[in-house]
Amino acid sequence: MFFNSLLTNFAALEVGQHLYWQIGNIRLHGQVFLTSWILLGALLVFISLGTKKMENDPKGLQNLLEFLWDYIRDLARTQIGEKVYRDWMPFIGTLFLFVFVSNWGGALIPWRLIKLPSGELGAPTADINTTIALALLVSLSYFYAGLSNKGWRYFEYYVHPTPIMLPFKILEDFTKPLSLSFRLFGNILADELVVGVLVFLVPLILPIPVMFLGLFTSAIQALIFATLAAYYIGEAVEEHH
Amino acid sequence: MLAFNFFGATEGGLFDINATLPLMAIQVVALTYILNSLFFKPVGNVVEKREKFVSNNIIEAKNKLSEVKKLEADLLIQLQSARTEAQRIVSEAENESDKLYKEALELANNEANASKEKARLEIESQTSAARDQLSKQADDLSELIVNRLILEK
Repeated sequence: MFFNSLLTNFAALEVGQHLYWQIGNIRLHGQVFLTSWILLGALLVFISLGTKKMENDPKGLQNLLEFLWDYIRDLARTQIGEKVYRDWMPFIGTLFLFVFVSNWGGALIPWRLIKLPSGELGAPTADINTTIALALLVSLSYFYAGLSNKGWRYFEYYVHPTPIMLPFKILEDFTKPLSLSFRLFGNILADELVVGVLVFLVPLILPIPVMFLGLFTSAIQALIFATLAAYYIGEAVEEHH
Repeated sequence: MLAFNFFGATEGGLFDINATLPLMAIQVVALTYILNSLFFKPVGNVVEKREKFVSNNIIEAKNKLSEVKKLEADLLIQLQSARTEAQRIVSEAENESDKLYKEALELANNEANASKEKARLEIESQTSAARDQLSKQADDLSELIVNRLILEK
């Protein structure tokens, strides 16, 4: 109770407060869905505008989208490998775009101007549910990628150089989603908290460099998340000789 | 639902895991399909079509370039052979004209010599004829003188 009140009152930050939606028996964090719908809606509008009239000589938005596509393809291709990167590119790209849009949307849009009855709007990736959801999807993906590409031979990976590796490889299956989700969650939440505290203490100028640092961290986190997801999938489909 | 309430609250907290998690996962999977049909497929088609177009053009241009180089080499060889041929023809013609000139010179010399000889012979014959006539006239004259002298006596 002490920590909770300290944290919720300190710097007028509402940490760990949520806008609960009750649907039948289940409870949801409404603020996460609200912000994610707004941001993903904006992303989809942006993408449909850019792909509305595709030409062979790209102009304007199409240029940007093609650059983005190329960037994601390079990321997927270097991590997953030439053979199967095509199957996983949409997933990796979606992870990257979702995390990037969530992080930057959370940092750039002044959500605090919108008052909620409880909790506050912010980056959807600052909620542990979102990051665990993404990390579990990555886990399922690399299992699926390994099993669908190599069948039962996928499990050779667990004893690959020597059978001594078996416990560590099994442990890795748990640490991978854990580190993925907590890294993203921690970075984004910490960024929001630091900016919030600084804005509360020194409302002028001083928070600006930290805000830029936050934007940088946000972009890097999106890249790290997508790269690691691609790397795990690449590791699962890699052929050992 | 799982609920870790690290901060002591009965509800809420940083690590409050509930149905948001599976719903968010479903939302991300749905987003993957939407982005695939809206973004990755169409943009990929355009980009890959263009990449194919560009690489085809590069291959075509390389083929054309090598063809041009081959033709250039061919032409160079042809040019060289034409040049040696021309040189050969020129020197041949020079020899020919030289020969013709010498022949003509010789012919002209011979002709000149022949006509000179002829003229000399003619001069000689005329000289002897004139001398004969002169001596005959002298004989006539002397005979006439002698006759007159004899008659006057």
